[in-house]
Amino acid sequence: MNINTENIEKNRMTFWEKIYLPEIARGLGLTLKRMFRQKMTRQYPEERWEPLGSYRGRPVLVEEGGKERCVACGLCSRVCPALAIEVQAAETPDDKERFPAKFEINMLRCIYCGFCEEVCPEEAIVMSKDYELVFASQESAIMNKEQLLVPIAQLQDRLEFLRRYK
Amino acid sequence: MPHIYIDGKRIETQSGKTIIEAAYDNGLYVPHFCWHPELSVAGNCRMCLVEVGLPKRLPNGEFETDSNGNIVVSYMPKLQIACATQVADGMHVRINYDKVIKAQEAVMEFFLINHPLDCPICDEAGQCKLQEYAFNHSRGESRFEETKNHKDKRIPWGPNVLFDAERCISCSRCIRFAKEIAHQDVLSFVQRGDHVTIKVQDGAKFDNNYSMNVIDICPVGALTSPDFRFKSRVWDMSFNESICMGCSRGCNIQIGVRNNEILRIEPKTNMYANKYWMCDYGRLSYYKKINGNRVISPTIKKNGVQTEVSWEEAISYAASILRKYKPSEIMFVGSGRSSTENNYALVRFAKNVAKSTNIDYYERIDQSFADNFLRTNDLNPNSAGCRSIGVMPSSEKYSLKNLPENIKNGSVKLVYIMDEDFDLDDKYIQALRNTEAIIIHSTNHSKLTEIADVVFASSYFAESEGTFINIDKRVQYFEPALITTENLHRMGMKMSRLDKFGAHNDRWTQKELRNCRPTWKVLSLLASHFSVNFNYNKAEDVFNDIAHNVGSFNGMSYRLLKKHQGIVLGKANNPDPVIHNYESHYMKPN
Repeated sequence: MNINTENIEKNRMTFWEKIYLPEIARGLGLTLKRMFRQKMTRQYPEERWEPLGSYRGRPVLVEEGGKERCVACGLCSRVCPALAIEVQAAETPDDKERFPAKFEINMLRCIYCGFCEEVCPEEAIVMSKDYELVFASQESAIMNKEQLLVPIAQLQDRLEFLRRYK
Repeated sequence: MPHIYIDGKRIETQSGKTIIEAAYDNGLYVPHFCWHPELSVAGNCRMCLVEVGLPKRLPNGEFETDSNGNIVVSYMPKLQIACATQVADGMHVRINYDKVIKAQEAVMEFFLINHPLDCPICDEAGQCKLQEYAFNHSRGESRFEETKNHKDKRIPWGPNVLFDAERCISCSRCIRFAKEIAHQDVLSFVQRGDHVTIKVQDGAKFDNNYSMNVIDICPVGALTSPDFRFKSRVWDMSFNESICMGCSRGCNIQIGVRNNEILRIEPKTNMYANKYWMCDYGRLSYYKKINGNRVISPTIKKNGVQTEVSWEEAISYAASILRKYKPSEIMFVGSGRSSTENNYALVRFAKNVAKSTNIDYYERIDQSFADNFLRTNDLNPNSAGCRSIGVMPSSEKYSLKNLPENIKNGSVKLVYIMDEDFDLDDKYIQALRNTEAIIIHSTNHSKLTEIADVVFASSYFAESEGTFINIDKRVQYFEPALITTENLHRMGMKMSRLDKFGAHNDRWTQKELRNCRPTWKVLSLLASHFSVNFNYNKAEDVFNDIAHNVGSFNGMSYRLLKKHQGIVLGKANNPDPVIHNYESHYMKPN
């Protein structure tokens, strides 16, 4: 067998590297240098990140005048590649005739693709900035209409972004 | 026979036909809204405009040709409507032609001027002719900047039809249907121009037996069903073909299912049975019975209480009861509501296993139900099936009529009832309380399931394969639309989208999965307890057995029944020709 050992010889450590102590000193030196520079980390639970309007967080329903904008057309449910959304329509005496009697998003299925928002003809479902999604059980991951409704005032950034770039 | 040329293609046709009919017979398609093959020609949508011309003739009568030898056609300067222009020998028609396409786009633009952008809330979305044409024959943008006309919404025309005036495109199909098919001439246009709308005559209601057909033929969502309204989007449902069980007409239907629940029943075109129509009773009455109050697993009576048991236990218990009685003491009751396959299995079981000839079925005759169009007086969908395979007693003494008397005098001690609940008269149930033993196959909970010793959970026609034979002796095949634990593994792509892909922790798949079986299957298992092997693995095996043994069925198979949309008894060698069915607009599979 003809094995090339040249590269292996090159990577052998030198004597000073083998005794290790100078390398520890060099590493501590680097730490010391960084200590006096600007801090890049964030103290997460106390200090939160505010995403921009383009961020795709938890999908929510837009609440306008105390009611949902949604008319339960079911397009979000149809387009959802992960089948996360379930909509059941019902009739209302209002002018818009139709409203969602049930609107559930299974957050374990959701992949945050934003198709639901893109397809919505009423601008009723948008991606929010909410990124803290922790569930204790499978059942609690299914969000109902009340949990999904967010007042329109809190969603201005996203709506502005959609109007400009959608 | 005259011939015409459509886009250069030569077509043989009959004189008197219109261009649209000639095109449709040959698989060519002219866009249209108001034309319907069963209705008179109104010609008011202007969507079917085509360019029509005849070849130029020279003074000596010969066709004029250009320098390449092609016939010179002189087209009419204005476009003609294909639905009202009759064919003439040698006529040339252009459909896919620049001038025609521009006219179609202009017509679509006019339609869409006042049509509201209601699609998200409209039930028709997904199966809408206007939506379809807006993609295929429209420019995709509107030049109309003014405000749209607003009209009334949600006007009830009758108990089963809601009208939305804004969405109406004034095709007049519903008006013509009311006049010509339903013979209740109460609809008419009122006002003119863009204020035109349709009104029911003052004091009248659009409430005939066939009123809901206008919902199907309406090319837009102007007419909707209050029963189905907003229950589901059409693309979330599965549609499987079946036969109506309302009466013995055997209307072909499509069953719309989502989450293993029937939401809608609509007619399926079969020119030999129901054409394009069905009655409101068939659409609205019995599907709720299929959805609710079902027997979902076999039960036996233990200490006076119905107790759920496994199929094996229920069948062996039933076998032990059957062994106790002499053949003449057993009465079998078939059912005109059950498939021919089930009834045949019962006849075979009675004659070969129980050695009894006491077999009959319950007749449901209601003269008040019949009318002179589709509805018949026989409320059993399969009476003809029962008769043709011999569900009848050997002597008058053991007919169903005499059952109460036979029970009283002790000549009948065990009654074996298949898919029957005697809903029209109570005297049978009163009499059955005095029998020694009752074994029943039942789909729904009823008075009978309370008193029976063994209850086998039975599949509805919507949950199994089989055939019904209608009043004209037409054998018609139906396929399952709902899933049960029995057919789950075979339904596959026939299930609705949500049913197909649901997982156990999705709330939208928490449906009732019933542990019910078709009767022929239970009977063949029961027969094996008596060392008789029926050799039935699927409904088709039973039907092939019938086709082999019963003379009038000779030569039939499920494949032929599907191809010919049903075959009349005894005419398997000479079936009705296959017709290219006209479908106005329908849900395309997703």
